[in-house]
Amino acid sequence: MELLETMKIALRALARNKLRSALTMLGIIIGVGAVIAMVGIGNGAQKEVQDRIAAMGTNLLYVSAGSVNMGGTHLGAGATQTLVSSDVTAILSEAPAVANAAPVSSASTQLVFGNQNWATTVSGTEPQYFDIRDWAFSQGDTFSQDDVRRAANVAVIGETVRQNLFGNSNPVGQTIRAGNLPFTVVGVLTAKGTSGMGGDQDDGIYVPITTLQKKITGQDWLRNIMVSAKSQAQSYAAQDQITAILRDRHRIRAGTPDDFSIRNLADIAELADQSAQVMTMLLASIAGVSLIVGGIGIMNIMLVSVTERTKEIGVRVAIGATEQDVQRQFLLESVVLSLLGGAVGIIVGIGSSILINFVLHWTVSVSMLAVGAAVIFSTAIGIAFGYYPARKAARLDPIEALRFE
Amino acid sequence: MATILAELEQTATANEKQDAVIGIQDVHRIYQLGENRVHALRGINLEIGRGEFVAIMGSSGSGKSTLMNILGCLDRPTSGNYILDGVNVAQLPKKELAAIRNRRLGFVFQGFNLLARTTALENVELPTLYAKLDVEERQKRARRALEMVGLGERLDHFPSQLSGGQQQRVAIARALVNQPSILLADEPTGNLDSRTSVEIMSILQKLNDEGLTIVLVTHEPDIAQYAKRVITFRDGRVRRDELVAQRPSAAQVLAEMPTSEED
Repeated sequence: MELLETMKIALRALARNKLRSALTMLGIIIGVGAVIAMVGIGNGAQKEVQDRIAAMGTNLLYVSAGSVNMGGTHLGAGATQTLVSSDVTAILSEAPAVANAAPVSSASTQLVFGNQNWATTVSGTEPQYFDIRDWAFSQGDTFSQDDVRRAANVAVIGETVRQNLFGNSNPVGQTIRAGNLPFTVVGVLTAKGTSGMGGDQDDGIYVPITTLQKKITGQDWLRNIMVSAKSQAQSYAAQDQITAILRDRHRIRAGTPDDFSIRNLADIAELADQSAQVMTMLLASIAGVSLIVGGIGIMNIMLVSVTERTKEIGVRVAIGATEQDVQRQFLLESVVLSLLGGAVGIIVGIGSSILINFVLHWTVSVSMLAVGAAVIFSTAIGIAFGYYPARKAARLDPIEALRFE
Repeated sequence: MATILAELEQTATANEKQDAVIGIQDVHRIYQLGENRVHALRGINLEIGRGEFVAIMGSSGSGKSTLMNILGCLDRPTSGNYILDGVNVAQLPKKELAAIRNRRLGFVFQGFNLLARTTALENVELPTLYAKLDVEERQKRARRALEMVGLGERLDHFPSQLSGGQQQRVAIARALVNQPSILLADEPTGNLDSRTSVEIMSILQKLNDEGLTIVLVTHEPDIAQYAKRVITFRDGRVRRDELVAQRPSAAQVLAEMPTSEED
């Protein structure tokens, strides 16, 4: 019999028991819908993490002063005093994969403006730091290279600091006190919100590195150097070049560990990506279980259907259906069930993704791969779980089948 | 269809004796039921010619159903030959038997066995689906078959909208749609009242008059008398094989019967 005719017969048989067919399909609908929605949520989370890391700059490298081993005693990170401003100059001039670099050191401080005060971190750096981090200004601008040279008392403040000290008034041009020192506010950074690591990126003030070193900490070494590679692809090359330059400059003999550490944000991005992927897989496999349960539902109903229609099978065989005809008919029924279920499941999955996005404001990104996989998987389930009942129908003894009441 | 049947009739009368549609030669059928061997058929020899109308009678367990299953190619003899249209089909593979059932044999059952929620026309069309005919030819044949049994007006009725007699007529149309050599009817009047039974027999007589070979299984002598030849089975053997002496015309009996309320 032709496929189209068999299909028609299958559809009619399913239409004969609409409620039962619908309930059977529900298993597949929920399964496929869940897979699509779960993968969507997983992908959305992955994308969100990627975006946040990208906002931090995936081409960034964070050089930190390392621990030092003094007679077998490891001191904590940042204990070495070997990282200095001339290292920054050297990295800029000698590492071809590096686009920009800025020194960073910080201390905690108490800010005072009028009758308001706020405890925060004061970081010393150079103007290009804001370029490297791709931070914009909502008011005013950065301090200048000239300010750095003069160790001027100027400051750029974060949004959280602005809110706490100034409320609604314009801070640019105002003078705040950090510890005992007066600083003129030259710029306010645009709010950036929470970082990928969970800290408030808007809570802090930035002053010229020279000012920090000479007037606040009194230390001439650096805690960090923020480096941007020319591209994300070059960030590993930049890492190697910086390592070589710093080892050379710090006269570290081969075989001894670095006195600094480099954190590559591309690494972190990759790690975060991997963990998001694991989460997606986890969600998808949980949803996949419901798809298999749906498949078992199909098998169950097909077995009932074969028993119920024993007589029909007998008649069909008597009037000339071959075993193959009967098998194909029942197999097609279960495939149609699971395919229809799959189609509705796709709609449900995409619909619920949109709903989750709308109600919970989660980023849900429906993956076409998941949709395709759902279609293939539901067809496979139809065939796999329909095969046994179909085989059973085809193997019926027609004489027994015709006698069946 | 009518012309084809007429042609068949001509050839049938031309070589009445030599042209056997069915030849059963020393057929045995033994069932193995656990430890027990049931010898259902014990060496049957039969010849049924083209255009014959044979009634097979016998009590249950006489072997008549077993023979019917073998004639219908639903079962195979344990030993012996079954020559159908000159071909020994006794040991053909299942797939070829399916094709024979589809094209050479027509089945009519006691319980009608129509597909529910499927129109009369579609029920009749069913065997043509397995014969892989094109849509147009299928519909044409199905319509003609229904007209032959007097149901040309009820093509779109579902079985549930038809009386028992009408359902059996649809079943007969279904059996005829692929223009078979033989119609096998297994207790076709078993579920019908006496008037409707005669009605069905008149249709079978009419079809037989047009040249169709019919083998009918029944346990009612009243029904068997409408056939031309009655074969009686007992204990797996043919007991009697005789021609019907004064065969009544079912159409005439029907005309003389008081009309019931059923249409």
